[in-house]
Amino acid sequence: MTDFTLWDILRNLLLAARWTVALSLIAFVGGGVVGLLVLFMRTSRFRALRVATTLYIELFQGTPLLMQLFLAFFGLGLAGIEVSPWTAASVALTLFASAYLAEIWRGCVEAIPRGQWEASGSLALNYIEQMRYVILPQAVRIAIPPTVGFSIQVVKGTALASIIGFVEVTKAGTMLNNATFQPFLVFSLSALIYFSLCYPLSLYSRRLERSLHVAR
Amino acid sequence: MSLVKIEKVEKYFGTNHVLKGVDLEIDAGEVVSIIGRSGSGKSTLLRCVNALETYEAGTIVVDGMEVNPQKTDLRKLRQKVGMVFQSFNLFPHLSAARNIMLAPMIVKGTPEKDAAALAMKVLEKVGLAEKAKSYPDQLSGGQQQRVAIARSLAMSPAVLLCDEITSALDPELVGEVLKVLEQLAADGMTLILVTHEMRFAREVGDRIVFMHQGKVWEQGPAKEVFYAPKTPELRQFLGAVTQEETHHTRRVPESESRALSGVEISHE
Amino acid sequence: MRYQFQFDAIWPYADLLARGVWLTIQLTSIAAVLGIALGVLCAMGRTSRFAWLRAAVGVYIELIRNTPFIVQLFFVFFGLPSAGIKLTANEAAVLAMVINMGAYSTEIIRAGIEAIHRGQIEAGLSLALTRLQIFRYVIIKPALEKIYPALTSQFIIVMLGSAVVSQISAEELTFAAQFIQSRNFRSFEVYFITTFLYLLLAIGFRQVFKLVGWWAFARR
Repeated sequence: MTDFTLWDILRNLLLAARWTVALSLIAFVGGGVVGLLVLFMRTSRFRALRVATTLYIELFQGTPLLMQLFLAFFGLGLAGIEVSPWTAASVALTLFASAYLAEIWRGCVEAIPRGQWEASGSLALNYIEQMRYVILPQAVRIAIPPTVGFSIQVVKGTALASIIGFVEVTKAGTMLNNATFQPFLVFSLSALIYFSLCYPLSLYSRRLERSLHVAR
Repeated sequence: MSLVKIEKVEKYFGTNHVLKGVDLEIDAGEVVSIIGRSGSGKSTLLRCVNALETYEAGTIVVDGMEVNPQKTDLRKLRQKVGMVFQSFNLFPHLSAARNIMLAPMIVKGTPEKDAAALAMKVLEKVGLAEKAKSYPDQLSGGQQQRVAIARSLAMSPAVLLCDEITSALDPELVGEVLKVLEQLAADGMTLILVTHEMRFAREVGDRIVFMHQGKVWEQGPAKEVFYAPKTPELRQFLGAVTQEETHHTRRVPESESRALSGVEISHE
Repeated sequence: MRYQFQFDAIWPYADLLARGVWLTIQLTSIAAVLGIALGVLCAMGRTSRFAWLRAAVGVYIELIRNTPFIVQLFFVFFGLPSAGIKLTANEAAVLAMVINMGAYSTEIIRAGIEAIHRGQIEAGLSLALTRLQIFRYVIIKPALEKIYPALTSQFIIVMLGSAVVSQISAEELTFAAQFIQSRNFRSFEVYFITTFLYLLLAIGFRQVFKLVGWWAFARR
């Protein structure tokens, strides 16, 4: 058994952290794009779309992320797609993020007072124009704090990708623990890395929330 | 030919029969004040005219266009009918000028330069040209309401609906808004107002419509209806209102207080 | 490419799944009760007069909320033995879940207490109630009512998160699923059914909580 120095451990974890960040970005951006789509379907005039997206959101919010990862990993392979842990994790986390973001944003749109809809409607604007010029500009402002807050969940979610073999911080930690038998050290450092990614986001989200209330 | 024709309109809110058959005709250039107790259906009726509310029976025709939320081209209708709200509903993320320019630009396709000029014109009309670049949260209630009026005017509607537009204002700010309405009336704008401002209704309005229990209960020329109400319900309503007005801390000029109580007040 | 779904390959293992479900429910319930209790204590600490106590609780909360549950779990399960504390998988799972639930509950509970309008407290004071009486008669019930939705949501989140404890071999639902698929190699079918079971659990608990909430907070 080779001797691992503190620096060895830290270095390996930090290298693995690159993948944590990469996966988080993919999931967050991808989830945002898909989430917007889901949002528009969720608030559309067509009942079929509304029902379908409600079920979609219920599904992702009512089942464990781990299960979603497993299903992506084992399920996508059945459809003939080459499934690496990367692909499965990206797909699962993207869809996961899209469902939560769509719900968060829907809440923000619904928070805009009805009077804004009525006033813009009375000025002969149609639905798309109302959303584009009056509602969404206001909704985006109040959506930023919870969206930043959710990004923390995405980063933490990447840790589960380790279970389907994706090598990021947690997987590196497990492997290092097996090699060094220093769980306290290894997992403390792992936690520290996640903390340094998530805590700034927490602070930022809270600062945004505060400035939002001051401006009101 | 009346500009707005409302015939046998009925509306339910769930099981609540709010409008029980309303008949009303309004000619171009008329200033009509709708008064009545809360729950009499005044605001609901107004909101049916620009299709913010649907109605179950009857017809509403505005300038030859039938108001039917399923069929009517709402875009066209709402260019003919403007509305000003009790809570102003200005767009908080846009300046006063931009609030006004938005609809002409995207509904009518007005080029930005022309829209900006139009905005300045209507802002001048309501006396707020210097506040063009201000945002709603920098304006007083009265100023916000005047911008809201300007915003509706910029679309050159045939008729302007005013839903209790001074009810949410501090008493000292009500006057500036009423002055604007007076000017609009003098310029020949067709106004339908739901209001509690009795003096305005009496002095500036052409006709008063008293609504009671979801119907037009009594209507007539403003001064007539006020001084000689025919139905007991209207008499009771006016009695309650004038009592409230004379107990109001607002300073009432002597000539007016005399007219309000219909009695010569001997001056001490 | 044709794949034959063989869902009936799961049937022989139904009782394993059932036992997994039961353990999931047990783990989550115990963790919830203890976690909320911890949350109440920490909420009091968070609003205490002593700055050091407020800071300590604050550090705890931030650490837990900004690190993944799986790392916390591994820390407890793999780390504690080297400090001499040997825990079974279930014990470690519950401990990690309690610590996790405690951090999130603290914020929820604190928000609920602070949401009680100051006027209520002042009314209580002017009626000569003691602080403790005010807490008991004026604050607790409305605060509980306010935080009930958030707290029950957190329960379901923790329950769904409990899938992770399968990784330290706690024999709850996900572990049962992994075991079954290692036997019949029907990974997709097994995980599909398991996901469905979790969904049923989530929906089921939500309904139960809703009913309990109606009953408990009914205006009588």
